[in-house]
Amino acid sequence: MQGNFITTKLNAMLGWARKFSLFHYPYVTACCGMEYMSAACAHFDIDRFGAGWTRFSPRQSDLLLVVGTISQKQAPILRTVYDQMTEPKWVIALGACAVSGGIYDNYAVVQGVDQVIPVDVYIPGCPPRPEMVLDGLLKLQEKIQQQKQDWRWQKRQP
Amino acid sequence: MAEKTTLEALKQKFPEYVVEMSAPFGDETVVIRKEALLEIVAFLRKPPFDFQMLLDLTCVDHPGRSDRFEMVYHLFSLASNRRLRIKLSLPEQAAVVGSLVRFWKNANWLEREVFDMFGVRFEGHPDLRRLFMNDAFEGHPLRKDYPLRKRQPLIPLRK
Repeated sequence: MQGNFITTKLNAMLGWARKFSLFHYPYVTACCGMEYMSAACAHFDIDRFGAGWTRFSPRQSDLLLVVGTISQKQAPILRTVYDQMTEPKWVIALGACAVSGGIYDNYAVVQGVDQVIPVDVYIPGCPPRPEMVLDGLLKLQEKIQQQKQDWRWQKRQP
Repeated sequence: MAEKTTLEALKQKFPEYVVEMSAPFGDETVVIRKEALLEIVAFLRKPPFDFQMLLDLTCVDHPGRSDRFEMVYHLFSLASNRRLRIKLSLPEQAAVVGSLVRFWKNANWLEREVFDMFGVRFEGHPDLRRLFMNDAFEGHPLRKDYPLRKRQPLIPLRK
């Protein structure tokens, strides 16, 4: 009984700590990048939600923002970037192309990045407004708070 | 000669090679036979016409026709401010045409693109490789008979 009590609180504390210290890696390949920049800069200010620290190395980040169209040639690179990130890690697919391939239903484009890596939050829109990006971030924070925290290293099955 | 239109000059100089001429909306267009391309281009490249720029080079797939592929070249002359569109048809079995790299350097990548997307080959091209698709890609995606939803992923997909 006592053990249960302590475990639950630790879980909540870890969730709280993790959701407000997201270091994100923007994987920007297309025009959605403009909306990402807008969301990240002063007008919309992603930093208000504790995700302001952009790391341009996947090894130092725990949130992968896939922003834009992923072509078949890009897929192995995206996969490598994801594999280089340390656990625990989360992925947001930002924009219609990253979510589903968008208008590019053709030979060149991956039909949604969830064909390559697991995705936690999908933000549709072509491109999504910065408000939607922030809303997606809040959704992810909710998810992180509620999930079981892997505080011993536990590899997620891709 | 400068007053004469490009089309008239071509008709006069190469009467046996010019198939068709028109100028819709003032855009001079000439359809030629494929074996005459290099000769005609060499004539146009020099003064008095002096077409210094190859604006674009592309291909159209007409699956129903006997000569399936239609090459389209857009030229521009800085000296005389003229434009010219050259078209020629290629059969599917022998989709080969002379390369224009010796006249314009930018033809190099444009021809590689057409080779990649349509499978048309260019004789005399210095480095005829795919431009956009990866080397393992099979087929030519802009051909009309390429399956619309055929995917060729480089890594195994999750679903």
